[in-house]
Amino acid sequence: MTTNYHISSYCKIENNTLQLNGATVLEMNDVLFPEFIKNASKTIGLEYPKFFKMDNLSKLAFLGAEAILKDNIDLENENDIALVFANKSSSLDTDVKYQDSISDSENYFPSPAVFVYTLPNICVGEISIKHQLKTENAFFVFDDFKPDFMSNYASYLLESGKTQKVLCGWVEYYKNEYKAFVYLVEKSGTIAHDKQNIQTLYNQ
Amino acid sequence: MEALKQELKSKIIEVLNLEDIAIEDINDNDPLFGDGLGLDSIDALELIVLLDKEYGIRLADPKQGKAIFESIETMAAYIAENRTK
Repeated sequence: MTTNYHISSYCKIENNTLQLNGATVLEMNDVLFPEFIKNASKTIGLEYPKFFKMDNLSKLAFLGAEAILKDNIDLENENDIALVFANKSSSLDTDVKYQDSISDSENYFPSPAVFVYTLPNICVGEISIKHQLKTENAFFVFDDFKPDFMSNYASYLLESGKTQKVLCGWVEYYKNEYKAFVYLVEKSGTIAHDKQNIQTLYNQ
Repeated sequence: MEALKQELKSKIIEVLNLEDIAIEDINDNDPLFGDGLGLDSIDALELIVLLDKEYGIRLADPKQGKAIFESIETMAAYIAENRTK
């Protein structure tokens, strides 16, 4: 599928590093994900108490989206930004934690706050709630990042007039291993929205 | 009763992941929901679990929660009267 759209902004979070449009805005050494993501939230000026109630996958996706959307949201008007996200491990990291909480019949106290994150698309919901997005959204589970699929899906949403912009993301979190690659596709921008560029940015 | 209130504040901060809120920030009569700590419906369910897990209190009717969870003061009073552990 040919495309007349561009990647206007992108964010990567991995190995205790937060990058926005290729520039490193936070890099930490020898810290676990909770401490890193807390510092990352402060670095981008996030003031949102609910962030600290989210599970690790949602924190990762939310922060990747926030780094981009904070400068791309019109607070006065409805924002037409669709969300297309994917990962490999679904919500397995939180699923395992929840399973642990209900596996002992003598100590059976299932947590409602953990249970609500036992679906991967909750992270898309968290982004939508924060930015009041009432748009198309989808969350896919693949073995690997699929730039071809992501490119085609985003292009379809844009070409069909279902949305003005698409925020795409690969947000993987399992057992303290994580990677987020989130990017915004729209008419304007300097990087052509095609499979090759998406793959290149993902690999950088 | 004072020790129970302090314990409750500590447990609520921990269980509900209330970032940047300290025990001394919570007054005994502050509303827990709405304008007070700003807790939501999932937090309410967590408080029901907390009563069960920490104090052996099972709410037969979740609607009771509205009065019990009004503030630290009301919660502590209910726990003191009904705790089984």
